Amino acid sequence: MELPVLNSDQQQASGGGCSSHSCGSTDDQLGHLPEHIRAKVHNHPCYSEQAHHYFARMHVAVAPACNIQCHYCNRKYDCSNESRPGVVSEVLTPDQAVKKVMAVAANIPQMTVLGIAGPGDPLANPERTFATFRELSEKAPDIKLCVSTNGLALPESVEELSKHNIDHVTITINCVDPDVGAQIYPWVFWKNQRIKGRAGAEILIEQQQKGLEMLTERGILVKVNSVMIPGVNDEHLVEVSRVVKSKGAFLHNVMPLIAEPEHGTFYGLMGQPSPTHDELQKLQDACAGDMNMMRHCRQCRADAVGLLGEDRGLEFTMDKIEDMEIDYEAAMVKRAEVHAQIAQELEMKDQARAAKAELVTIQGMKDAAETRPVLMAVATKGGGVINEHFGHASEFLIYEASNRGVRFISHRKTIPYCEGGDTCGDGESALDKTIRELAGCEVVLCSKVGYEPWGPLEAAGIQPNGEHAMEAIEEAVAAVYEEMRVAGMLDEKPDAAQKAA
Amino acid sequence: MSLEIIETCVNCYACEPLCPNQAIYKASPHFLIDPDKCTECIGDYMDAQCASICPIEGAIVDELGVELNPPGSLTGIEPALLAKYQAAVEATYREAVEAKVA
Repeated sequence: MELPVLNSDQQQASGGGCSSHSCGSTDDQLGHLPEHIRAKVHNHPCYSEQAHHYFARMHVAVAPACNIQCHYCNRKYDCSNESRPGVVSEVLTPDQAVKKVMAVAANIPQMTVLGIAGPGDPLANPERTFATFRELSEKAPDIKLCVSTNGLALPESVEELSKHNIDHVTITINCVDPDVGAQIYPWVFWKNQRIKGRAGAEILIEQQQKGLEMLTERGILVKVNSVMIPGVNDEHLVEVSRVVKSKGAFLHNVMPLIAEPEHGTFYGLMGQPSPTHDELQKLQDACAGDMNMMRHCRQCRADAVGLLGEDRGLEFTMDKIEDMEIDYEAAMVKRAEVHAQIAQELEMKDQARAAKAELVTIQGMKDAAETRPVLMAVATKGGGVINEHFGHASEFLIYEASNRGVRFISHRKTIPYCEGGDTCGDGESALDKTIRELAGCEVVLCSKVGYEPWGPLEAAGIQPNGEHAMEAIEEAVAAVYEEMRVAGMLDEKPDAAQKAA
Repeated sequence: MSLEIIETCVNCYACEPLCPNQAIYKASPHFLIDPDKCTECIGDYMDAQCASICPIEGAIVDELGVELNPPGSLTGIEPALLAKYQAAVEATYREAVEAKVA
């Protein structure tokens, strides 16, 4: 059978087919890391803001069992339309998973990382998880292996984890206080008993902390994920950040709670609100004083395939893989070539960026008096430049400009205004939704913006700006900020129109 | 004396390795318990192991059909609220199927 062959030249030229991501951003979550850790994570799409445009990852869903219940999770996990952690379409056996990884790694040579993240807890399925890792370390030694866990079974698994090609573990730690934990975890399964409430949360926290210490002692990198649940653990996560950093975690990823009634989760059905963009950013900033923060996480499904922000899982279902003929040796050679080319390209970009950063500081921000920070949204297809039409963007990158410089804050998803039709079902038009998603931003930079959205954007206090098409994002953001400063727009708070919107 | 896994099982494998009698086996459409092997864990554990890790309320029942994990006992979601949600989901599903047929 003819394989769906990648047009590798085109892929590389376009930065791996990246559609609209945070290219060219400040990459600040890796900036403070010691060199030996940077070397380990530079080509890991989940850890490096820059790498995620170039390198791909996949998750294999071999771990359906779980040993705890979280209030944001529903264990009936088979909806193909949902994109969030803990959701998959098919659970694989270890053999099937290995086959899938080999097939994907042969077809997507940008692939560097294989993760096991569920849909349950990988370490609650030790035989299935480790059988997959064992076989992959043999058959595809160039692929990095990762595992993500709730931490309950971590201490007993550390020995086995350290035997494989695993140099990163992610632990989801939502609290270090059992009273907070009791509001997040209704039960844990521990030593042959289901333990409910605070007592269960206490055991979970103890095991998570113990596991974290054991891993860092062995030199295994630990990233900590936390789900921000307003009113439950939001303020507490600053303390979590401080504790996990003191125990050696190298990166903290604070993610927003995903809770909708249709997910059938406790939080979804109880109407627990998710954080707003503003609340999330404030908390990330509060934690950042203590910790390297990660801001580009896309909260992938447990069976995601491809670059971050895309999912090519449907190209690699088991029935399609059965029909593929793959030359593994040739695929590995190809991967090495592609990875080397990407590394070279990244190095050139790094040099160019360092030069640019200096320029931006000198031209835009020098001697500026204390001015208020401004959020700007950017429409981009990638490559670090403003190159997407307002109406075609399915995602906006949010940057913050202040007199200290320009930094990447987050990405916000939306429905492309030009494809959204008249309404999205509940009477809200695609444009309304985009404007709502851009709340807090005062400028939207894009390569082009039509006449129709112009008025509503201005009315919402968001200035459309198409004057910096094809310019580098950070320079353009700095230039617009400087224009605002000269125009006296930074002296006061954003105008009342935006607040009312 | 035996427990039974019923159709709400989501095939998560959690119970299978815990059974002290190897009474649980993978089957289609869901895992099953061999009634000749199941002892309800009496003599081995305080609580039946399968029912102690099962995340799905109502999926494991005893010989009288009594749910070991009744609605609301694991997720904390009020049964009435859950029923309302399930009815809404089923209605949406029916609408989708009808729309497809039409």
